[in-house]
Amino acid sequence: MLGESQIRELLEKALTISPADETEIVLEAHDSALTRFANNTIHQNVAEVNAEIAVRVVVGKRVGSAITNRLTEEALGRAIEEAVAIARLQPENPEFPGLPDPAPIEPVLAFDEAVAGATPEWRARAIGPICRMAESVGASAAGALSTGIYELAVANSRGVFAYHVGTEAHFTTVVMCDDGSGYAHRAAWRLTDLHGEALGRSAIEKALRSRNPRPVEPGVYPVVLEPYAVDDILSWLGYAGAGALAVQEGRSWMNDRIGRPIMSPMVTIWDDGRDPTGLPLPFDFEGVPRQRVVIVEKGVPQGPVYDTITAAREGRRSTGHALPRSRPQMASLGPIPLHLFMAPGEATLEEMIRQVDRGLYITRFWYTRLVHPRDCVLTGMTRDGVFWIEKGEIAYPVQNLRFTQGYVPALAQVRAVGKERWVLSEGFGFTCVPALLLEAFTFTGVTEMPGG
Amino acid sequence: MKELLERALNAAQLKGASYADVRLVHRIEQSLLVRNGVVQGISQLEDMGFGVRVIADGAWGFASSARLTLEEAERIAERAVQIAKASALFKKEDVDIGPPVVQRGTYRTPVQIDPFTVPPEKKLEVLMAADAAMRAVKGIAATEAEMVFLREHKIFASTEGSWIEQEIIESGCGIEALAVGPDEVQHRSYPNSVGRHQMTRGWEFIEECDLPGHAPRIAEEAVALLSADPCPDTVTTVILGGSQVALQIHESCGHPIELDRVFGTEAAYAGTSFLTPEKLGTFRYGSEVVNITADATLPGGLGTFGWDDEGVPAQRVDIVKEGLFVGYMTSRETARQLLKLLGPSPYVTGLSNGTMRASGWNRIPLIRMTNVNLLPGTWRLEDLIADTEEGIFMDTNRSWSIDDKRLNFQFGCEIAWEIKGGKLTRMLKNPIYTGITPEFWRSCDAVCNADHWVIWGTPNCGKGQPSQLAHTGHGAAPARFRNVRVFSRK
Repeated sequence: MLGESQIRELLEKALTISPADETEIVLEAHDSALTRFANNTIHQNVAEVNAEIAVRVVVGKRVGSAITNRLTEEALGRAIEEAVAIARLQPENPEFPGLPDPAPIEPVLAFDEAVAGATPEWRARAIGPICRMAESVGASAAGALSTGIYELAVANSRGVFAYHVGTEAHFTTVVMCDDGSGYAHRAAWRLTDLHGEALGRSAIEKALRSRNPRPVEPGVYPVVLEPYAVDDILSWLGYAGAGALAVQEGRSWMNDRIGRPIMSPMVTIWDDGRDPTGLPLPFDFEGVPRQRVVIVEKGVPQGPVYDTITAAREGRRSTGHALPRSRPQMASLGPIPLHLFMAPGEATLEEMIRQVDRGLYITRFWYTRLVHPRDCVLTGMTRDGVFWIEKGEIAYPVQNLRFTQGYVPALAQVRAVGKERWVLSEGFGFTCVPALLLEAFTFTGVTEMPGG
Repeated sequence: MKELLERALNAAQLKGASYADVRLVHRIEQSLLVRNGVVQGISQLEDMGFGVRVIADGAWGFASSARLTLEEAERIAERAVQIAKASALFKKEDVDIGPPVVQRGTYRTPVQIDPFTVPPEKKLEVLMAADAAMRAVKGIAATEAEMVFLREHKIFASTEGSWIEQEIIESGCGIEALAVGPDEVQHRSYPNSVGRHQMTRGWEFIEECDLPGHAPRIAEEAVALLSADPCPDTVTTVILGGSQVALQIHESCGHPIELDRVFGTEAAYAGTSFLTPEKLGTFRYGSEVVNITADATLPGGLGTFGWDDEGVPAQRVDIVKEGLFVGYMTSRETARQLLKLLGPSPYVTGLSNGTMRASGWNRIPLIRMTNVNLLPGTWRLEDLIADTEEGIFMDTNRSWSIDDKRLNFQFGCEIAWEIKGGKLTRMLKNPIYTGITPEFWRSCDAVCNADHWVIWGTPNCGKGQPSQLAHTGHGAAPARFRNVRVFSRK
């Protein structure tokens, strides 16, 4: 870990040597490790120390950037020189609004000494019991447990200086047993919130229960979605349409729908980078404090999130959702919500199952891809535990299905929302999501292995 | 730098490693992006560091750092050994990487014009011209034009005595036009979608792509798609354009032949494979016109290099021969595991075929596609269309999804045309086709000839934890498939 004082010194020095009209320096540092297991044994085990500095300079209304992971004064000076040379090559960008001014940023505590100090032996001893449990029932566990420290600092020549240090731990497992499989995943900044062994046990139990799946015809069914599947829905809604650039270009599911009810009144979605329930990051990559932005209120889209440039286009202020601007490709994405929450309901999973006469219980979606941006239509597969529900009870496991479904119309079909929420990090950023019962979901294919 | 590498190897052995290798990687990446006539940015990224991979107590460990000092080399080597010893706490058997591999040499991507010698002004000029040509078409809502250039210098050294230096150079480019209607959004891209087409070539590749020359056509097609008829929901003959065949190879052949997936070590992330070991040499993967190779020696391919990141020389390997599944992509460790499982045969040697690559100094090498190619057939595209009484021609990928065993796929394309009486007729929007991998490849009855064959570059192949993006190549020409389920976005 570099620490705030060393980073402040480095960034302030960089600002003083820059000849540009305006300069922004973003530093991201990681000290992270990941232990990976498969076939009930550890097969990959890695660690990394890295820090990257991104320089963005403004000459008139010309913007140039350079990135380096070499923290010497010489390398930093060279990066600034390159960025300035690049800026001078460019035509003016008439709509560039300038770098943001300083604004107060309240720090958020998200640092856990136990995560920061986790050793490879600790990770091995956390994984070992899961592998032994799986082996004892003839199953095979795979997965990854990662721990690390993340530092982000943003400084600019208008006086912005923002620094955050946080810890992150992520655990994922897929357990396979004959033709059954189960899955569990969580993300947390505090080690005590991770509960790896209990997660492993739940994945093993599901793998055992999902053996001998029966075929099921494609069609439209009511579904109970575990939070893992809801994570996919929220992540895609955020990535593919909850940013201002997508709305400004007319390719968002929100276009022409802001203020109109398009989802169930039970659906409320917001982004909050300051809520310590998740993995907080109190400011964005321009050093702007992250605001809590309500994206959908009781089924009604409220509007997207903004960075400085998309906000200036509409005469607004940034909501603090800029991605790293020094990478040109990020400009295609525009601002994105990375800390999404969905309001909980009052139902338990068991209560949702009891409400279904004939339908499907889905653990998670996999390999989902955008088919069409309007309605946020996705295709993907179910994975790691699909069950047929008959007369309010889980009846038997069924084979995986392919779906092609608009996530916006899916959320118009909500019949119940779970009261428990999980913090998950398998999509873009993280989500904090409940389970859902949907009245209708469209499955378009099944998998059959030909002989051969 | 030689001293740093030697110090790391030495420290690893002193701390108890029975094997160690170290990779020092220095990467320069330049990106340029123009959107809607505005330069969004030019950036230059410099990234440098080293990674030490060891076997200690019979298990793997890896540690990496961007701090290039001798003290850090010793510290990271020691950390790698400590990690390996932690891995060994729950090992089932010792890692076996087979006989030593001792290689010494250098490799440099051959280029006619080093792209880093071309001034950025010239690059911007091409991008701005292409962007302006797209925006000149009425009805276009947004445009994008992109270039990426990469220079990666890496040194690999091992305790077995290997010392290899390589310089890989890549050039990539692409344009995209977006048209928006009242209830419809349509994209067209060139030369490929998802940003760009990329090769291990120099500036000459960018010139050959002629972005400004193709810009008006793709913009006009994007606008025309807004009012095109939707692709019908039916079972029919499909001819796929070359870049879509490349995507089909990547997802439904390239991934399932990765032997680490087959052995379950990617189960929790990328998935496993339907091509299980007992199928090797016996399974009919495709029809007799389907011949697939994994070839890291193809000039210009994005998966072309001199040695892989285990120091194994680049090779050309048969994967599917006249429809029969005959080969995997292997590493030193998985090649030994396959030999133990199946015993020696014409398809099993116990030696790596050189496909282990890491996305950077801070990642371990994994089995990654090199250039996985569908070899050219005999047809001219115009003859193939003329030979098709009824069907649909689809081109340029728009969305892709496939299950964790790589069997059940659904791919959407940007554009399609109906084929009637051997001719391309009306344009169709939102075309999607779906199928089961071996059924689909068994239904392939024609592949176009070498005149239509392009080594398409995929610079965004994800795998591994922490995640890695690999650069892979796919030689492909348009091909015809029978009895394919097609439909449109609902």
